[in-house]
Amino acid sequence: MVPIAELVRSVRPYRVVFLIAALAAASVQAGESMDVKPLLESLRGVGLRGQGHPAAIAAWPKLAEASVDQLTEILAGMDGADILACNWIRAAAETIIQRHLAGGGKLPVASLEKFLSETGHSPRARRMAYELIVRDDPSAPRRLMPGLLNDPSLELRRDAVAMTLDDAKALVAGNREEAIAAYRRAWDASRNVEQAQAAGVALRELGIATSLVEHFGFLTDWKLIGPFDNRNDVGFDTAYPPEKELNFDAKCAGKLGEVQWSDFRSSDALGVVDLNEAYGRAKAANGNGYADTPETLPRFKGTVAYASTSFTAAEPRDVEIRLGCINGHKVWLNGELIIANHVFHTGMTVDQYSGKGKLRAGKNTLLIKVLQNEQSDDWAQNWQFQLRVCDELGTAVLPAERSAKSPDKP
Amino acid sequence: MKTLALMLLAFASPIITLQAADWPQFRGPSATSVAPEAVPDTAWQEKPNVLWTADLPGRGPSSPIVSGGRVFVTSSWGDPQDRLCVLALDAATGKELWRREFWATGRTLIHPFAAVAAPSPATDGKHIFAFYSSNDLICLDFDGNLVWFRGLAYDWPKAGNDAGMGSSVVAIGDTVIVQMENQGDSFAAGISTDTGETRWRADRKRVACWCTPVSITVPGENRPAVLLQSSTELTAHDPRTGAQFWRHEARCSTLSTLAASGSRIFLPAAGITALEWSAANEPPKVLWQSNRLNVSNCSPMFNADRLYMINGAGVLNCAEAATGKSLWQLRLAAGQGSFWSTPVIAGSRMYCFREDGTALVVGLGDRGELLGSHAFGEAILASTAAADGALYVRSDRHLWKIGSR
Repeated sequence: MVPIAELVRSVRPYRVVFLIAALAAASVQAGESMDVKPLLESLRGVGLRGQGHPAAIAAWPKLAEASVDQLTEILAGMDGADILACNWIRAAAETIIQRHLAGGGKLPVASLEKFLSETGHSPRARRMAYELIVRDDPSAPRRLMPGLLNDPSLELRRDAVAMTLDDAKALVAGNREEAIAAYRRAWDASRNVEQAQAAGVALRELGIATSLVEHFGFLTDWKLIGPFDNRNDVGFDTAYPPEKELNFDAKCAGKLGEVQWSDFRSSDALGVVDLNEAYGRAKAANGNGYADTPETLPRFKGTVAYASTSFTAAEPRDVEIRLGCINGHKVWLNGELIIANHVFHTGMTVDQYSGKGKLRAGKNTLLIKVLQNEQSDDWAQNWQFQLRVCDELGTAVLPAERSAKSPDKP
Repeated sequence: MKTLALMLLAFASPIITLQAADWPQFRGPSATSVAPEAVPDTAWQEKPNVLWTADLPGRGPSSPIVSGGRVFVTSSWGDPQDRLCVLALDAATGKELWRREFWATGRTLIHPFAAVAAPSPATDGKHIFAFYSSNDLICLDFDGNLVWFRGLAYDWPKAGNDAGMGSSVVAIGDTVIVQMENQGDSFAAGISTDTGETRWRADRKRVACWCTPVSITVPGENRPAVLLQSSTELTAHDPRTGAQFWRHEARCSTLSTLAASGSRIFLPAAGITALEWSAANEPPKVLWQSNRLNVSNCSPMFNADRLYMINGAGVLNCAEAATGKSLWQLRLAAGQGSFWSTPVIAGSRMYCFREDGTALVVGLGDRGELLGSHAFGEAILASTAAADGALYVRSDRHLWKIGSR
């Protein structure tokens, strides 16, 4: 027989930890109830750059042997945990479920439904609970979804909005008023652009005005100044005058001469501010690309522009600033840098970037720096951004001074 | 005794080890797209002999890998594709053995053509290393037990590319190598296969690159090195420490990954540039360079002293590996779509899969001969795996095993 001490000496330290965990688990058979709290704590201890891995690696196999009756307790381990820990916990839960089902067991649907109904639990854990319920009963969505339309889990909410949209579509032919009511519910609940667009189109066809700009809170009225120099990529780290002082009456030296602030209002349905349009870049006659000349091109390539707007808040509050931008950019809220990405032409979408900020009561100032590089490819010509202020669920936070916006065109 | 038995179980090395016939990573065991054994001609005559078809969830241009009688596939779904999945299937029957799902911790915005499950997984015969465009790296054992989970973009939040990341991982010894080159936090790293902890991390140029690390043996020494191909350079490193052996400047493809055989490296740069690496710390010497041997999206293949490449026009080129001399050409597409899937060579045949889901079987010899074709009816972006004399072809929705009964 190999002496234990010799065995321990022959392995790496992390395996010793693993051994201790295995020994501790020896008295518990797979599927039996156990004290999962310390194991969950070990998994919740994982952090940046592999922090907490030895303890988590030791705890995970033991947690994965817990009873399926402890499933909701394990799912609750995700409450307040960061996404790394959620993934470790999820994998243990899936392993428990797989073993239980392979042994002919049933999912604890009643406790999962109770867990789902408790909205204080982690949105991810509740979504997992929902998917398990549906796995056991494919008809469950029809029963559960109406109660999830305004759920804090965006995944659950999205499915509920999708079902509401389907229901509304079926109602249009027979009951216009009920269809409108259903579409309104979907519109109000939607935090997903495609779903809001679908609801908006349907409502407009039914004679109801909607505005995506209002719904999502895109900021459309800006003051612009530029172009400044970004040849050889010098602009990202160069603080031009608007970064030092926001004086909308001032003139300053730009890339091609003196520049000053001007007003611009986006008429785009999703609030996109097109800087090529704002600075008068001529479109090609065939509609593809731009009709640049050696004289005009320096205004649009190798350049920097700044945009600023004010935002009045009734009271202080935490917000997210969400940005879509296909160019390099920096965003400041009340002078504090909250988003910065030195990235060009990898795509642009709503809420592509996000930064947390704090609005103060009264006037707040947003400043965005948008850089265009010198790539000549036809797919590298866009110079634009869209920006909104919202809460962590993506619900628009609108400025108090906002004037009524035109509804979307039919 | 029960305690000792459990203790021994805890120490027991996994029984599964990498087999010669496995397909453990993107482009197979040698990363040259050559099957470890021939696929019998009877597997694909008039049409493919489909042994089984498995339904797959979500989407995934990632290649399947095959080891220990199991096929492992990754996929992703959700809005925006933040759900990650690893699926294990019985290679003999196609039966799903287990699946594990995770939430992406990094960026999941992606070009509609691509998917977050674009990088191919790899295995060392004990673990599966699943990697995603979100830069999440997941280590599972063959039974689906989590060994560790790393969110590499959680650690370095500006790592990402909203067009999608595509570099696959490679396992070398007890280190798994990731290459995350992008305009933000751009780096390569070596991660411990046992603990998921970072052994080393090296900054890379802040330019998007989708190439995959390639394992090679240090000339004259019985130790491995890893080659990292970037937009303007090729570097060689010790996989365990990251220490750089050398750097070779070249304007390389950022999509198509080199092929290496022995001490020779066939680099997609200025067409193909062939390099000879002769001593550990000496940069390689250029053997030849040919701008007639162009690559496009998929990677060059090497087999039996011949190089094969598909160019942007869908033409398959065969060249002499020793000299770069072009031997023959065969048109595989004439406006019917491009190739994203790197073909696989099995015996004297090459199996090519066009983006539109058309498979083309090419006989390899003194000239290339189109032996047959088959429309799978679904887009195929993933590179095919070949193991145990069978092909594993995947689309987003299906995995087909093609072989001979």
